[in-house]
Amino acid sequence: MLRFAVRRLINMAFVLAAISVVTFLIFYVFPGTNTDAQVERIAGRSSNEATRAQVKRDYGFDKPLSVQYSRLMEKFADGSLISYSNQTNVRDEIARGIPATASLVIGAAVIWTFFGVLFGVLSAVHAGGWPDRLLTALSMIGISLPVFWVGALLLYYLTDRIQLFPPGGYVKLTEDPWGWFTHLILPWFTLSILFIGFYSRLLRSNILDTIDEDYVRTARAKGLSERRVLVRHVLRNALIPIVTLFGLDFGAAIGGGAILTESIFNLQGVGQYAAQSVGSLDLPPVMGTTLYAAAFIVLLSALVDIVYAYLDPRIRLNA
Amino acid sequence: MPERPSSEPLLTVEDLGVSFATEDGVVRAVDGVSFELRAGEVLAIVGESGCGKSVTAQTILGLTRSSNAEFSGSIHYGETELVRASEARLRAIRGEEIAMVFQDSMTSLHPVYRIGWQIAEQIRAHEDVSETAARDRAVELLAEVGIPDPAERADAYPHELSGGMRQRAMIAMALANRPRILIADEPTTALDVTIQAQIIALLGDLRGELGSVLLITHDLGVVAEIADRVLVMYAGMLIEQGERDAIFYDPQHPYTWGLLGSIPRLDRTSGGRLPSIAGAPPSLIHRPEGCAFRPRCPHAFDRCGALPALEPRAEPAHLDRCWLDVEAKRYRRDVDGQIGLRADTEAVS
Repeated sequence: MLRFAVRRLINMAFVLAAISVVTFLIFYVFPGTNTDAQVERIAGRSSNEATRAQVKRDYGFDKPLSVQYSRLMEKFADGSLISYSNQTNVRDEIARGIPATASLVIGAAVIWTFFGVLFGVLSAVHAGGWPDRLLTALSMIGISLPVFWVGALLLYYLTDRIQLFPPGGYVKLTEDPWGWFTHLILPWFTLSILFIGFYSRLLRSNILDTIDEDYVRTARAKGLSERRVLVRHVLRNALIPIVTLFGLDFGAAIGGGAILTESIFNLQGVGQYAAQSVGSLDLPPVMGTTLYAAAFIVLLSALVDIVYAYLDPRIRLNA
Repeated sequence: MPERPSSEPLLTVEDLGVSFATEDGVVRAVDGVSFELRAGEVLAIVGESGCGKSVTAQTILGLTRSSNAEFSGSIHYGETELVRASEARLRAIRGEEIAMVFQDSMTSLHPVYRIGWQIAEQIRAHEDVSETAARDRAVELLAEVGIPDPAERADAYPHELSGGMRQRAMIAMALANRPRILIADEPTTALDVTIQAQIIALLGDLRGELGSVLLITHDLGVVAEIADRVLVMYAGMLIEQGERDAIFYDPQHPYTWGLLGSIPRLDRTSGGRLPSIAGAPPSLIHRPEGCAFRPRCPHAFDRCGALPALEPRAEPAHLDRCWLDVEAKRYRRDVDGQIGLRADTEAVS
């Protein structure tokens, strides 16, 4: 088990290195390796001569690609990557966005996991009955609703027409816990709706597959209560794929993937920072947020594999 | 030594019917099955796949209950009628008074729990004992069914054990609460031949512990080894029932002749192909009128259009459903000095 975990983490380091190379290729090489164009992409179109000269020297654009790559990695590592369009440090900006993004994603993850599992179990237990049909219809609607549309409607009806919630923005948990909570309720639900739909559908079909397994019949033949059969024998296995999905979704969202939700509610998180940087063609923060997001997704998928091996002993054999 | 079975019935099945509504129609999996399981005996139900023997066995514990299943008849266990018993009453009986061993131990044991844990769960389902006490008993049970290093094996997952070990563990789990009845549903089918022999020997060794055994199998070798009485099922119905020796040496129904004739035998003189029963088991949705075996039976005649009753014809304790005259049967089932379905089976098949 420990050996498996260590091997998986080493493997993760290789994947991260590969991603950094791909990121480098996408932003440095594929658009063209003309030195002036490279300098302009980093420094920005409106930059002056002095900045361009400094960028050219700092990033090693007059040197071979291997040097350029290692210079870039150094900048990532020591946190000296800056945005030339507004002279802000990329690492500081990402760090500033993390509390908002983490608050949004962790809260939403609790909500979507809770309701996703609840609705999935209810659907499966009443398969074919009216609760199942109702929940199926609801989750289909939830999956189909565009996030920006839900967010806009919630904002319009619940913060403007009826002033039930504050209209967007992020309040620090440490400064005003109640304000933090009320500002996040709408974003939490907006982000959760899609996931609740997906998770409940997936769990429903997993449970219905598992419930016909021979070992579930064995559990019944042992004289266990229906509840224990469902929780310890059916859900124990039906939830395993949900764990995988959760790890990847959570990693993507906390890595800045909740761009729409963050932007609509103006949470100033990592996702919104990435969106703004893309909008203004500001390359250093785009590369910074890309690597940051990739790091989270890779880390979470490694963790998922380790948790998976813990949950399913058969995996450890094949590793 | 096996104790002589007494005649007191422990379990009485009367006119049991089980049917399932499917998209293609109503499947009558079990139809009018009646039998008694007596204290201390090993009763075997034999028949081809799909003849309703497993459904009969699982219905005893209510494991076939589902929204598309319909039941008729009754199963009496002591004071309790099991077909209509509440889930709570059934739960108290399952594992505690009537336990079950299933066919494929790879899929019938939970893949993510350790063997010892699964046996301890069985104990704790019916007895208020601590987890450590239950675990200690699980280790003892594993030793009892002949698993070496039981303390170590209790920590193994099902996939870490061989098929034979897993089936032993299944039997240990079924024995955990000292049930009065053990239902073994094809306990040896998924095993290698040598391991099959070990499991049969184990069941034989444990007979004193086991109380009564209802053995579901299509393997007549297993039946010959440990059964006291035999029920033969075909297309959801009982077609013959009797003492083991009566079934093996004086079988009354042509289907039973076919089953016996298709066993590979070392003492069979003629070479050639192994005889088989021509044709396939009938659909349980549209069962043939009259005797269900008629379409495959080389001895069928006009009376077979009506279903014969299951009643004693050869001897008082030997029941069958065949219109043929008892003396005619003794002549017709003789194939080269052995029991078989037809004299020219090998030529025909």
